[in-house]
Formats: sequence, structure tokens, C-alpha cells
Amino acid sequence: MAAAAIAVHGCHRGGDRDDLVLWAMGSEGDAAAQLVREFERANPALHVRVQTLPWSAAHEKILTAFVGDSMPDAFQAGNTWLPELRELGAIDAIDARLDASATLDRADFFPGVLDTNVIEGVTWGLPWYVDTRLLFYRRDLLERAGVAEVPATWDAWRDAMTLLAEHPATADGHAILLPMREWEVPVILALGNRAELLRDHDRFGNFRSPPVRAAFAWYLDLFTRGLAPRASASTSGNLYQDFARGAFAYYVTGPWNLGELAKRLPAELAESWDTAPMPAARAGEPGLSLAGVRAWWCRRRARKDDAWRLIEFLAAPERQSALTRLTGDLPASRSAWTRSGLADAPRTRAFYAQLQSLRATPKIPEWEQIATSIARHAESMIRGEETLDAGLADLDADVDQILAKRRWLLDRANAVTPAPVGSDAPSASTAEPHAP
Amino acid sequence: MKRIAAAALVNGLLTAGAVLTLMPFLWMISASLMPTGEASAIPPRFLPSHVTTEHYRVLLTRLALGRHVVVSLGLAGTITVLGLAVNVMAGYAFGKLPFAGKERIFQVLLAALVIPAQVSMLPLFLMLKALGLVNTFAGVVIPGLASVFGIFLIRQHAREIPDSILDAARVDGASELTIFRTIALRLLTPILVTLALFSFMGAWNDFLWPLVVLTDDRLYTLPVALANLVGEHVQETELMMAGSVVTVLPVVLLFVALQRYYVAGLTAGGVKG
Amino acid sequence: MLPERSRAGWVLVAPALAAIGLFFAVPVLAALALSFTDFDIYALADLDRLRVVGLANYQRLLHDPRFWIALRNTSYFVFVGGPLSVAVSLGAALTLDARTARWKPFFRTVFVLPVVTTLVAVAVVWRYLYHPRVGLLNHVLGWVGVPPVDWLGDPRFAMPAIIVLAIWKNFGFNTLIFLAGLQAIPPRLFEAARLDGAGAWQTFRAVTLPMLAPTFVLVAVLTLAGYFQLFAEPYVMTQGGPGSSTLSVVLLMYEQGFRWWNLGYAAAVAFVLFAIIVAFTGLDRLARRFAAPRQPAVAQHGPGERS
Repeated sequence: MAAAAIAVHGCHRGGDRDDLVLWAMGSEGDAAAQLVREFERANPALHVRVQTLPWSAAHEKILTAFVGDSMPDAFQAGNTWLPELRELGAIDAIDARLDASATLDRADFFPGVLDTNVIEGVTWGLPWYVDTRLLFYRRDLLERAGVAEVPATWDAWRDAMTLLAEHPATADGHAILLPMREWEVPVILALGNRAELLRDHDRFGNFRSPPVRAAFAWYLDLFTRGLAPRASASTSGNLYQDFARGAFAYYVTGPWNLGELAKRLPAELAESWDTAPMPAARAGEPGLSLAGVRAWWCRRRARKDDAWRLIEFLAAPERQSALTRLTGDLPASRSAWTRSGLADAPRTRAFYAQLQSLRATPKIPEWEQIATSIARHAESMIRGEETLDAGLADLDADVDQILAKRRWLLDRANAVTPAPVGSDAPSASTAEPHAP
Repeated sequence: MKRIAAAALVNGLLTAGAVLTLMPFLWMISASLMPTGEASAIPPRFLPSHVTTEHYRVLLTRLALGRHVVVSLGLAGTITVLGLAVNVMAGYAFGKLPFAGKERIFQVLLAALVIPAQVSMLPLFLMLKALGLVNTFAGVVIPGLASVFGIFLIRQHAREIPDSILDAARVDGASELTIFRTIALRLLTPILVTLALFSFMGAWNDFLWPLVVLTDDRLYTLPVALANLVGEHVQETELMMAGSVVTVLPVVLLFVALQRYYVAGLTAGGVKG
Repeated sequence: MLPERSRAGWVLVAPALAAIGLFFAVPVLAALALSFTDFDIYALADLDRLRVVGLANYQRLLHDPRFWIALRNTSYFVFVGGPLSVAVSLGAALTLDARTARWKPFFRTVFVLPVVTTLVAVAVVWRYLYHPRVGLLNHVLGWVGVPPVDWLGDPRFAMPAIIVLAIWKNFGFNTLIFLAGLQAIPPRLFEAARLDGAGAWQTFRAVTLPMLAPTFVLVAVLTLAGYFQLFAEPYVMTQGGPGSSTLSVVLLMYEQGFRWWNLGYAAAVAFVLFAIIVAFTGLDRLARRFAAPRQPAVAQHGPGERS
């Protein structure tokens, strides 16, 4: 047995040391593996090993790999992790290569999407597919409940949900599914309400400010009114089965579910569901959603030319279209949208509209920790363990604690150079929504 | 009459306990043989409508779980063999050889048992990084080698070796190391099997440390690979159950085959002074 | 003669001591040092951003509501789950030891089976058993009219569900120790009790219980120390949720350490837990002196409970 272990070990150490290692997360991992085969055919000298990780473990895995010095040459991740990895010096800036690229054009990416990969004017990643969230809904259930129009404002949306609740499709049905332990929906609502989540150059939490409070209040109210079930993600049933049997009519989620729903819903429901942009807080405004993207990044110490060639290949508009065919994910490249006719197609059209109205979360290394804290406090407020005000006060205290080191570093930097604090351009507050 | 009632009660209780204990295993096996989707049926099914080995085939082909079985066997085997060597030597010395500071050192070792293993994990990770052992099999093996429990177990048994046997060999001019190799090891063989069994099971079932140390998925041990699988295929219940069966089966078989040694270890380590 | 034996002793213990020193003692001391710093992700990138903060991590801990939640949950697990688990083990051992019991080796094997299995694997199974809609547990409870319970999704039931899993997984281990203790009671004591005309219950109280006391103390201490280190069950079953209802101290430490790389703070959490366990082992010494002269054993790190 000892011999077996050594044999396997030896195998790892020798042989394929020249492989480029690529990490891809979730169901896109399989698609990435397919596209990579094409890359290898075009570059016979290079061999790429694709490793797939579940999203739930990806953040820990990347950080551990960085600390343990075993990062992949290139990997795919969400933009909210970028500031952290940049701070660590784990990834490589790509501006020069992007500008010199023959196949990629900066202007071809949706501006709000590419912007999530830019910090202080430096570009770090190549957007691959968008991860903005919006409204998925069962059209047949809405029609049956007498909801005539897709809601454009929060008020109209809540009226529609109230109507739905009066005509439930199943005994245990609800108007909307909002997994309790998620930060995305309350944050989308807050950003949509023009709130600033952090204040003073991202030094302190700002969750007690009126716009954030109003958004959370509106969100919690959906649970209080019984429009959303108090269901946790870990034990809710099979999401797709539940959507099919009408356990809920609305769901706020991202493009990856276009493919999953197409694959998993029974055929007779194929035309019964649709998507719509996020409703706006007030009439006359566009509804905002998260500027989110899954992008390709290169490891700082990667074999830079090869790693760049690989992600340049994967992020090219042709491959983005191919990804859409393989998984149903939506490209970050505008030409890929036009080429595939996605901008006018049912269901993806709503995403096209939404991509014009995005806001980013604060670009600071602590964001992932803050987001986890938001999710946790949102859950305890939903469960009624804390009141709205107590929950937001706790959240602020928690976030202030998380940001303590950041404040010290900023103060120290200021003491050395009295220039304006460059490193904490408050991205959330300056990123204006792009007019449609 | 009363005796029969008592017997019925005792055996009834035991049977009920056994059924409850086995239920999760039985359902796991049953669900692993169900066609896709059947394990999530309402009302729940106890038995497959028809038996399929499809999920095992998927595991071994598309998901290449076989590789991780080999890795886990190799790693657990290596830890067992090397750990056995280290712990038997130390246990024998603590039990039978006088050396300065012996009792003091042994007490310190015992006291160390109350420190949660997780305390040392963070710095250990940084140390292994400095040694270049992160993401290697050596990084999994090395921290698990010496075990205070193993040393204690061997020491308790070594102390029961009669001094007269050792002294006779000494009179014959055998060196201490020869005595250890030729006489002590032979007398300690049964407890070596016990310790080997404990080490192997411990290493096979270990999850957290390999999870942290190994980043390359080709190096994953079976439990880590299974956890990864669960993260990616959470909706495919039957596949998960098949993965669990594959993970659990080797230790269960080993235990059933060698359980007498397992029990001996607990009796020795647990109660004797 | 003696010097050679002494030299041989050192040669034989050297590898084990070196391994323990290097891969356990040094990291533990390093963790202690870390707990007085604010080592975090910034310091990881650049050591210039590391501060020595004295006891600040410990102070912060005392004001961290999540630490108190974790301590409360862990105590719940230790002081509710622990006694239940010991009771189940004792019951199983007494039943197995009964003269009228049949197929003893079979039942013993069955009871120990969960102990030797991989937690990650059985957790997958238990998550489905606990499933509120399709789970077997609610289905079976439904037969006797119990309405469905969201075992892992309801903060009131998540910790009990973890306790049930832990008991199922571990009770066989203590059952074996109790069995060994029972079998070590000299038969002549039972004989004497019988001659005195004692009934079954009286024999149990006058002979079995007192003779089992040392084993009982041993099992209680091992269980206590082991249960304080609750980690793997919530890690694989609930990740500490729902809410924070199954967040344990070690899980909090892991989260701070390996998820956020707040190593300084995580180390402080670890040492506070260490102090708590030491406090209880102090109680153990008292109890030991009180209960019996027999030396207790150290099986807690034995049967594959490293994770």
C-alpha cells in the first residue's frame, strides 16, 4: 500500500508537469473542458488540465491554494472575489495584453460588466458570462391569478404577489421563493433603492441609513405577509421540481438557470415561464441589478504567455457563444449577443435590458466576508430572531469590525502620503447606473 | 415464564436497536440501486422499482472515482505502516526501557491529548507550505504519523511483557534493538494488528486535513472527492448514495473481518491500568 | 547495561518525539503566538501589515455575539447530547451483557458499524433521511401522526438532529468500553448477591453500578472532551446553520481561520476552547480521585476521530 501511494505520488510529480492547470466552477466546468479541447487542437504544444470545483467550496479552495502556493495557472471566479485576490497579489493585471489582443476588444464587453474587473483603472479579468440576477416567473400562474403585466415597480410587484397568494397553485405554494440565507436579493433591492452599503470610503457599514433600511424593510415584509416561504436553501426541496409544480411563481436568480430550467422542466411547461428585468424602487427609474460576472483570471506566477493565450481563447466572442449553446449561460461580449440573436430572443431579452442597468458591490477585499454577514443577518431578521433595526445595527457593528484593519491601513497610508486615498475609490457610490 | 419474558424483552430491544442502527445503511444501499429520481419520490420508497447499477458505472467511469479509491488505499496504507513503526518503537521504549525523563515526557504527551487537533492546523498549514509539502501526499501523511493514542496503547501492552524474557536475551548478549526487533515485536503482534486497524480507519475516514492540504483534484482522497461530488451533483441523490457506499464499504469490510482486534484495542486502551 | 538500555530508549522514542514536537508542539506554540497578533489576509500578502495586538483578540472574542452563540450551541451539544449518548451506550451494553441476549457478536458488530464509517459519507445519507418532504424520518413519523419537521432547516430542530446523528455515529464506541467494564466485574460478586437473595434490580444497584463507576467516569470524560470539539457533524450537515443554530466553537474557529484567514482571531478562539476543556479535565482529575484508583485511558483520539 505504501508502494501504491508512492507510485501515485510519483505519477503526480513527473510526467505532466508542463500541463497548464485551469480551474472552472460549477456546471460551466464541463463546458470549459470541452472548449479547452479546441484550444489544444489550435495549440498542439500546450496541454491543459481542467479541474472543476463546486461553487460552495471554491472561495476557500482558491485562498487555500494561494496560501499553499498551489494555485492554478488560470481560473474562473466571480467578480466579488477580485479585490481580495488583487490585494493578495495572487492574480495578474492584463491591460497590456488585452489592449494588444487581436481577438478581444475592450469595447465589446458590456461596460458595467467589464468595470467589475477593473480596480483603480487596472484590468484584472476577462468577463466570460454574466451573473446578473433578475426575475424568473411562471407566466401561466400569473395569468391565472389575474396579473396582467410584468411589474415595473416594487409596488406593482408586491400587488402581483398578493394576487398570486390569493390564488395559490399548490397547497404549500407561495408567490415567490427567496432563499433566506442569501445576500443577493436584499443587496439588489438596496442598490436599486440608490443606497450606499458602506460609508466614508468604505470604512464603515451603512446599513442603518434610510435607503438601505427601506430596502430591507420591503424585503422582510414579503416574508411577514407570507408571500415568501421561510425556507432555507439547505433543505428546500428540489428547486426545479418545486418550480414545475407551482410551489412558487417568482424567483430572483441568474442566467445559469435558463439552461437548467430548459433542461429540467417537463416539456408541457416549456412555454409557461419567462424572465423580466428587476422592478424599480420608484416609477420612472430603471430597475437595477447586480453587476456580476464570472471571469477568467491568471495567476500572478503563472506561465504568463500560455495562461493568457488560454483565457484569451476562452473569452473570445466565439467561445462565449459556444458557452451559451452548451450551458445556456449568457455572454459578457456584446458581439456574442448580436451574433446569437440573444438580444431579441424571449427570456434572454430581459437580461439584455438588465445589463444596461447595473450597479456593482463595493470593491474591497472584505466584501465576501461582509456579504456572508449580510446573508446571516438577513436570515435572522426573516426568522424574527432580530427586529429590523436591531438586525441592521448588529450588521453595522459586524461590518465595522470586519473593516477595522482596512481603516488602520487607510489611516496609515494617509499618514505617509496625505494625498487622497487612492486605493478605496468608493466604487459602489460612483458607479452610476448606465442609462438604458 | 418470567425468564422467557425477560429474554423476549432483551432480544426485542437488541433487534430494535440493530434495525435503527442499520436503517441508514440499508436505505443508502437501496437508494444507490434506484433509477434516477426514485430516491426523491413522494411518498419515499424503501426499495428500488427495479435494480440498476447505472450510478456505480457513472462513478467509476465518468467521475473516475476508482482513482480516489487507489489514492485513499495508498495513503491510509502508508500512514498505517509508517505510523506503526514510529509508535511501536516509542510505545515499547516508554513501556520497557528506562531512560532519563521518561515518566515526565510521557505525562506531557498524555496532557497534550486535551488540545484540540484543530488548534495546530493553521500554523501547521503554514509550516507545510514553507516545506513545500502543501498539495502533496507527504503533506497528508506526515502530520498523522505519530499518535499519542498509539504510543499509549503499545506501552500498556509492552508493560505486560515479562522482564525475565528480555533479561534472558540480554544475558545471551543480544543488543536492545535486537531484542526489540526479534522478541518484543513478536510478542506485541496482536496489538500491532489492533493499532494498524485503528490507524487505517482513522486515515481512511479523515476528512478535514486532506481537504485543506490537497488542492489538486487528482490527489483527492475518497472522502474529499465525495464531498466535492456532493457539491456538484447535489440533485442526483442516487449517485450520491452510490458514492457513499463506495466510500464506506472498504472500512466496513475491514472492520467486520478484524473486529476482534478492534475490540481488543478498546478493552486494552480503555479499562486496563 | 543500563546506559545501553537508556540509549536504546532514546533511539526508539526519538522519531515519535520529533514528529510530535515538529508537527504538533511547534504549531500549537505558533498558534499561541498568532493569537496575540492580527494576522489576517493583509498580513498574509505583506508581513509589514501585521500588528502585535496583545490580548485584543481575546477581548474581541468576549464581545463577539457569534462566539457566545457558538459556546451556547457547543454546551447544548455537550450537556444534552453527551449524557444521552452515554445513556444509550450504557443501555446497549447492559442489554448486550444480559445473560438472555442472543447473537451477541452480531449485535455488537452492528452497533459498532457506524463508528468505523466515514462521516462525510453517512452525512450524505442522513441529510436525505432528514429531508422535510422526501425524507424517510418524517415519513415514518407521519405514520404515528407527527407532522413533518424541517429537521435541518428549523433552528429549533437542527441541533437535536445533529445530536441524534452524533449518537448514532458514536454510541457503539462507548458501548464496547462499557461491555469491557461489565465483563471485568468478577462473577463471584454476582454469585454473592444471588446467595444474599438480591433481586435483579438490587444486584444491579449493589454490584453492577458501583463496579462500573470507574468505566463510567472514563466514558463520561472521554465523551465530554470529544463532544466539546464538535466540528465535523455541523460542517458537513448544516455549515453551522440554519441561522447560527449549529455553529460550534471549533466550526467558528475553522470559519475564521480557513475561510477568512483571520488567523490571529481564529487562534484565540482555539485557545479559549482549550482553556475550557482543560477546566473540565481538571474536574475530571477531581472526579477520578473521587471515583477510583484505576488509571483512565485515552482513547479519544483513537478510532478515526481526527476530523
